[in-house]
Amino acid sequence: MSLTLLNVIVAVVIAIAFAAVNAAYLVWAERRGAARIQRRPGPNINGPFGLLQPPLDGIKLMTKQLMIPGGADKILFMVAPVLAMAPAIMSFVTIPFSAGIAAHNMELGVLVIFAFASMGAMAILFAGWGSRNKYSVMASVRAVSQNVSYEIPMLITAITVVMTTGSMDLKAISMAQSGGFWHWNIFPSLHSPLMPISFIIFFICSLAETNRAPFDLGEAESELVAGFHTEYGSMGFGLFFMGEYANIVIGASLTTILFLGGWDCPFGMFPGVWWFLLKIYLLIATFIWIRWTFPRTTIYGLLNLSWKILIPISLFNLLLTAGLLKVF
Amino acid sequence: MGGYFSEILYGSKSLLVGMGITFREFFKPTVTVQYPYQTIKMSARFRGHIELIADAEGKPKCVVCGMCERACPSGCITLGSTSVEVEVDGKVKKKKILSKYELDFTKCSLCGQCVENCNFGALEFSKEYNLASTRKEDFHFNLLKRLEERNA
Repeated sequence: MSLTLLNVIVAVVIAIAFAAVNAAYLVWAERRGAARIQRRPGPNINGPFGLLQPPLDGIKLMTKQLMIPGGADKILFMVAPVLAMAPAIMSFVTIPFSAGIAAHNMELGVLVIFAFASMGAMAILFAGWGSRNKYSVMASVRAVSQNVSYEIPMLITAITVVMTTGSMDLKAISMAQSGGFWHWNIFPSLHSPLMPISFIIFFICSLAETNRAPFDLGEAESELVAGFHTEYGSMGFGLFFMGEYANIVIGASLTTILFLGGWDCPFGMFPGVWWFLLKIYLLIATFIWIRWTFPRTTIYGLLNLSWKILIPISLFNLLLTAGLLKVF
Repeated sequence: MGGYFSEILYGSKSLLVGMGITFREFFKPTVTVQYPYQTIKMSARFRGHIELIADAEGKPKCVVCGMCERACPSGCITLGSTSVEVEVDGKVKKKKILSKYELDFTKCSLCGQCVENCNFGALEFSKEYNLASTRKEDFHFNLLKRLEERNA
């Protein structure tokens, strides 16, 4: 009994540390990447290649005073950043990094992650509503409508993968794809020839779910000051950003597990956690690359993309996969 | 229906083209100047605050005619002179020399009328652009002193 409790504590500590380190250094990677794309050097003063920038930013955020605007709903205002961060960390618990590395493998892993991911929208809603700021409210309305409409195609594509594997267990889904890249779900297999398109849909949805450019309407700086976190300073702001980057890592991990074979090596050699990390960081690099390439879409363009393109195609793929599974 | 798919294809293609451009830019060298550590040379027509020009002996070329003071629309130039006696061709003559040249840069609009109006080529624009201070007094320049400092 005590051993399991210890296990839980160690797992949670590792998950929080992993999320925090990732959040800190992904901000660094984001800034350096953006700078390279815009032909600037980016943060390069503090430490070699600016590597001390994230801890210094962290110290700055933590030493600032937490301000609550007058007229704000105090409880919602305080709860929102925690609610942005906590579900993201909870999702790490069920992600299998390799055959042996998973805090707690659950049979309903996919469901658990989606359940926690949808709590992120709640955090944004609370933050917008609690701040008593018109820009925050507008931003949270946008972000929630975006999250609602992008969760549908994301879930449909996830269901497609779950159907072909016959399991919601993330470990089982990874195991089913082992043995070289031609077994991965992304490649058109017997199941469905539309799988590459499904992968792209899933990737777009995970971009939209994490509120990143070109879908960052929730924090459209040019229109809404800073969006739902306009009124947040100090560590409230810090937690929102940690939550955002933790969500990015989870989105990349989920994409890797569902479509890219998890920890499987493309050539069938040395499967292990390094392949998993390599894949998620490649996906995150693509996230950053996309963010600094495309301008922000409009809310209509965003919703049209989801309801008119992504949902019909993913539904069609679901039906096709179901039909092919029945036939073969 | 055909329009629907061609629009998706066209859109996807344009997105890939955009990503290709940023991918290429990523590997190109940076073009920024690392400002506090690096500075660029200001162009010939850059207008900083005015500065006195020295003659061959290091004295100001200025003869204290006062044209710059009169030309200045903002009244930011104050001149001062002392007369000294100099011997020219065996005769003792009185001559004005510059004893004070003050520029109130807080009012200067860098119009350049003083430089235009100087008949003796004694004024120029400096290439100084690093002027920042929290005190007003730091922008009251003593140009004569600055000239001496430059000569030293």
